[in-house]
Amino acid sequence: MTARMDKRFANLAAEGRPALVTYFMGGDPDYASSLAIMKALPKAGADVIELGMPFSDPMADGPAIQLAGQRSLKGGQTLAKTLQMARDFRLEDANTPIVLMGYYNPIYIYGVDRFLTDALEAGIDGLIVVDLPPEMDDELCIPALERGINFIRLATPTTDAKRLPKVLKNTSGFVYYVSMNGITGSALPDPALIGGSVRRIKEHTPLPVCVGFGVKTAEHARAIGASADGVVVGSAIVNQIASSLTAEGAATEATVAGVEALVRSLASGVRSARLAAAE
Amino acid sequence: MKQSTNLNSFRGGPDEDGRFGIYGGRFVAETLMPLILDLQEKWNEAKTDPEFQRELADLGTHYIGRPSPLYFAERLTQHLGGAKIYFKREELNHTGSHKINNCIGQILLAKRMGKTRIIAETGAGQHGVASATVAARFGLPCVVYMGATDVERQAPNVFRMKLLGAEVKPVTAGHGTLKDAMNEALRDWVTNVDDTYYLIGTAAGPHPYPEMVRDFQAVIGREAREQILAAEGRLPDVVIAAVGGGSNAIGIFHPFLDDKDVRIVGVEAGGKGLEGEEHCASITAGSPGVLHGNRTYLLQDGDGQIKEGHSISAGLDYPGIGPEHSWLNDIGRAEYVPIMDHEALEAFQLLTRVEGIIPALEPSHALAEVIKRAPKMGKDEIILMNLSGRGDKDIFTVGKILGMEL
Repeated sequence: MTARMDKRFANLAAEGRPALVTYFMGGDPDYASSLAIMKALPKAGADVIELGMPFSDPMADGPAIQLAGQRSLKGGQTLAKTLQMARDFRLEDANTPIVLMGYYNPIYIYGVDRFLTDALEAGIDGLIVVDLPPEMDDELCIPALERGINFIRLATPTTDAKRLPKVLKNTSGFVYYVSMNGITGSALPDPALIGGSVRRIKEHTPLPVCVGFGVKTAEHARAIGASADGVVVGSAIVNQIASSLTAEGAATEATVAGVEALVRSLASGVRSARLAAAE
Repeated sequence: MKQSTNLNSFRGGPDEDGRFGIYGGRFVAETLMPLILDLQEKWNEAKTDPEFQRELADLGTHYIGRPSPLYFAERLTQHLGGAKIYFKREELNHTGSHKINNCIGQILLAKRMGKTRIIAETGAGQHGVASATVAARFGLPCVVYMGATDVERQAPNVFRMKLLGAEVKPVTAGHGTLKDAMNEALRDWVTNVDDTYYLIGTAAGPHPYPEMVRDFQAVIGREAREQILAAEGRLPDVVIAAVGGGSNAIGIFHPFLDDKDVRIVGVEAGGKGLEGEEHCASITAGSPGVLHGNRTYLLQDGDGQIKEGHSISAGLDYPGIGPEHSWLNDIGRAEYVPIMDHEALEAFQLLTRVEGIIPALEPSHALAEVIKRAPKMGKDEIILMNLSGRGDKDIFTVGKILGMEL
């Protein structure tokens, strides 16, 4: 698998703190602003970047990410441009792992082989494709693993003990534990329950386990980071971007600055997480 | 394809992974996967359980009113001057369309699975009404997701659902039509996995829905096949049905698939013409892609973004089609043709005047194809058409287009 991802998690483990994994929608609200946001993320303390690929029908996403996808598509974003965004980012950052996240159809239409070739060349380290469960591994997961791109799987509260090994089987990079049944952007469940679920998954895999869905503040990040190897923040960042836009949906000076401030705050949360655990 | 032990049959699909050739499958979020596997297991048990089949048949007879009649449309046949035209009268079912066949079957399954809440999506509102009806009959709360545009153009059905005790949730995302309602229903399901049963209305979605909905609707074709044999002593030359998601069509087609001399014709919504964006002809003008849990023909752009589509008929206003239709098209067992809005509207008016039957705008598309074909066929030839729903719900839409005050 790509060295970048494994190295990043190994370094963080040595440092003794969880990763801050930040999601944003590629092309929201326009290419240039979105690239500026991407470049700002690691500088503000993000350890892994999830780069959202917009889709017209995001069935597992709440209103925040749905609207971000619509803004992005309206701004002319395509899968080719999302890959270009990663390429542009890599010109100045060779170390931060990039995970593409989205739905299968745009990849299927782009062509799986062509997509994997272009993704590797653009410096992509992993894929999260929401509507490809293990039963559909032949579509993209196996070809991606053969080419050396991580395929990161979502485990959910409905993934019971019987199913967990199947979910983990072809997973690489890290496991993304979705903290609740539902769509992105919902409320955060009890961190103590999440801690139990993370331990349950870690009994079955040596991979890092990152937790997402519902993390909005530094305090959340700190609480979740106490037990998880990484904390994923998505809707909160996307909402921050949305709140900075003009009535017409255009970026303002506050767009990148707002994301920077939020991520800096979240980063302080993950950096104090293990202290919280030790208390 | 490992779907059938009988290689000469077109009726053996899907395979154990829910595939019809390359189509179908289970493209869903991990949260839903255990539910879909559970549904498949319970469905496999139910379909071979005599008690389940007995209850289904009993409700079919006494609640839906099955068998629905096969009607020889004598005046329309004379008017067109060609093939004999028969209608399978699904519009006479309780709630006024074929949708109830599937809803009764699925709610029995929901009950068997111990689910206590029903959700459904609807376009024209026929499936919403049928879902609300069976939910009332079995005393379960029901939430129906309906595109905001459809809520407006199908007001009578919205009122019916509310009378039946269902909660109708308008969906404003996208163009506010069936596709958006289905996205929202999936979001509800992924959030309420423990108690909720998702009653999908068409033969699409993740496996086992396409197979299960088809099996519940295949009663249409089984009856029609027996009825036409009794009436004519032979099978029809052509079977025609309208296709949106395709549940009424696969229901009447499936029992005829192995009758090699029977031509199978699905009619898609050509809207305002295939050259523009305003149509819903997924097979005629679309390409294979992945949406709502299955691979099938879709209306999409070069980046794999799904288009909205358009049809005069809210029930056909869906940019996809059931996966079995995609397969039947590719292997050449069925052909799919478009009918424009105005042709459907003319057919709607003709049937109303000539036979005294007000059809829904969905089967009016099938009827328009009958009107094209019948005059070119011999008087000894037979067309069987699925008259899948009645048109009461559409009189406001039609009235508006014809400039009549209602």
